[in-house]
Amino acid sequence: MSTGTTKLDVVVSDVVPVNDLVTRFHFRRRDGELLPTFSGGAHVVVEMRDGDRTRLNPYSLMGSPLDTREYTISIRRDDVGRGGSLFMHRQVKPGLEMVISYPVNLFSLDLRARKHLMLAGGIGITPFMAQTAQLAGAGGNFELHYTCRTASLGTYADVLRERHGNRVRLYHDDREERIDLERLLSSQPLGTHLYVCGPAGMINWVRARAASLGWPPETVHFEHFAAPQPGAPFDVELAVSGKTIRVGEQQSLLEAIEAAGVDPPYLCRGGVCGQCETNVISSDGKFIHNDHWLSEEDHRSGCKIMPCVSRFEGKSLVLER
Amino acid sequence: MGITFRKETFRDDFTFKNSPEHIRRFPFPFNEDAYMYAVNIEPHVVGPKGSVLENLIDVDEHYVAEMQDRALVLAEDPLRCQSLPHMTLAGWDLLELLMEQQALGYPEHFTLERNGDRWRWINRPLGIDDTFTFGDVSTLPYGPMEYITRQSQGDFCILDQRDGNLWMDAGMVTTQADWSLDFDIGMNFFEWHAPVPLAHEKGIFTRALKFLTNIQQGKPARRLNWTMTVNPRLDTSPENYHKWGPDRATVTPENVGDKVHLRVELQSFWRLPRSNGIVFPIRCYLIKMDELVTQPKWARRLHRVIRDLPEELATYKGLTRYRPTLVEWLSKLDDDGPTSPGFGPD
Repeated sequence: MSTGTTKLDVVVSDVVPVNDLVTRFHFRRRDGELLPTFSGGAHVVVEMRDGDRTRLNPYSLMGSPLDTREYTISIRRDDVGRGGSLFMHRQVKPGLEMVISYPVNLFSLDLRARKHLMLAGGIGITPFMAQTAQLAGAGGNFELHYTCRTASLGTYADVLRERHGNRVRLYHDDREERIDLERLLSSQPLGTHLYVCGPAGMINWVRARAASLGWPPETVHFEHFAAPQPGAPFDVELAVSGKTIRVGEQQSLLEAIEAAGVDPPYLCRGGVCGQCETNVISSDGKFIHNDHWLSEEDHRSGCKIMPCVSRFEGKSLVLER
Repeated sequence: MGITFRKETFRDDFTFKNSPEHIRRFPFPFNEDAYMYAVNIEPHVVGPKGSVLENLIDVDEHYVAEMQDRALVLAEDPLRCQSLPHMTLAGWDLLELLMEQQALGYPEHFTLERNGDRWRWINRPLGIDDTFTFGDVSTLPYGPMEYITRQSQGDFCILDQRDGNLWMDAGMVTTQADWSLDFDIGMNFFEWHAPVPLAHEKGIFTRALKFLTNIQQGKPARRLNWTMTVNPRLDTSPENYHKWGPDRATVTPENVGDKVHLRVELQSFWRLPRSNGIVFPIRCYLIKMDELVTQPKWARRLHRVIRDLPEELATYKGLTRYRPTLVEWLSKLDDDGPTSPGFGPD
């Protein structure tokens, strides 16, 4: 059976510029009913119909899980990406009808934690907006450390400070403020769980430091969605469906497979959940693996690929799809 | 119209019976004349009218009697219902799910009124009319999971999902086929399945776990499992083995039809929205052999399945002692004729 999610028919109820880079989008159900309840850390996949192209990108829900009249997501404009964020920023206006997935949570709170220690970098703040709202409503113990480039790009820093006071600490790159990670990770009470969401470099830094300080791996949680990277076009043969497709420069392999009418299962579209894992039947060329799902061994073997984020350069690629 | 709830017992004088309509809706678990494990999971979607799948949470004529039996079990042994401290939120998720589904499927028996956090729940068969604040444990007579599962047929396990595994961290288990929540509480998926024979070698649990951890909100799944029980006893727990274990020595050629019951579990799997946990309702259906063989197809097929069951499975399901007597009795109802494909009666 398919492991995809159920879809929701929504209408854009508001579009709010937050700062120079970030815009917030509000969705309500077209039928006026409440949206499904969700848990802090969940994302939805937004379907963007841009002419004859469809992009599907995941975004964390950032509203309070206690309020399901609307869903909100915040998107940072990426001027060199594949165009999903530009489409949202430029073309999505209030009143537009869109389709989003049911919420899926791959970055769940561990509710056993005595304390939740959260580290956010940049737009990585969004899942923590929902998680802190959920925990605050239930009297939960949390502390959020949020790094941003400048005060004016500190998306929602003011909102978070107002809601949660001293439980939120801010660090501004332009003022050379840095998290004293060593001290922070060394001074937590037993039973603390660590959550990190931000750029890959930050996630790697925090995970490595936590490991070297003896944090058990099951207490360290991270959200590591890789956006699909653009790249040179390449051709792929889909052996099961008997189709040959071309993956465009701004298209992911998964999107190209879908455009050909083949629907592999997916959840995250960011190289994390493992749903779209695809066997390689034969290849002559070089894989560009960008996922966090396959092992290094899998990557070296050339037998598997995650089409949501990974690409290929070379003469021929035949996939079991 | 509504359901006519039977007055009956699952202990002592064992007056449990199925009405003729309930015999025909019994979820017979064999779609062919042999049985072996498989990952037999399918989407839990609404099925035909008049089947146990007509509603995703089924309420039937045994509802009131089953809830009375559950109350008796809990009075003797409160540890049948346990919830680790981090599972309260999941308990509220389950309360919402069961109230919504029961009110949706059986509006003549159950009503849920929601006014923000202020909820009113009316359960007419059990004479309950409570108003409470969703999320505030102090406004209910029990914790949310215990409150609603004292009013819902079947056992319920709530599984916490973390570290790529599922953990049995809460449950209400009083109608179980010889396993114990008190023993399994806090275990992960592989730990609590350790006693099952053959399936590990087939890699079934690894695949099943992968599937279950990817269950999505709004897309529940289900499977059937089965065993047999002597006397229509819901509570066949290890804790009470001394009460029901010896029953297996009481089967004779004369009483097979009345004493031996096929016990089918309709297991479903649901993602819980607030806690991101999974709830695993295990709904037990019993049918005595005399009732089952009123459907000739089922009589033939059950004979062939039990006769040919691998020894390990027969042992695991606790049939060894009375299997020859049962097979002999069933063989007289098997004319070697063909059986039609599918589960249902002809």
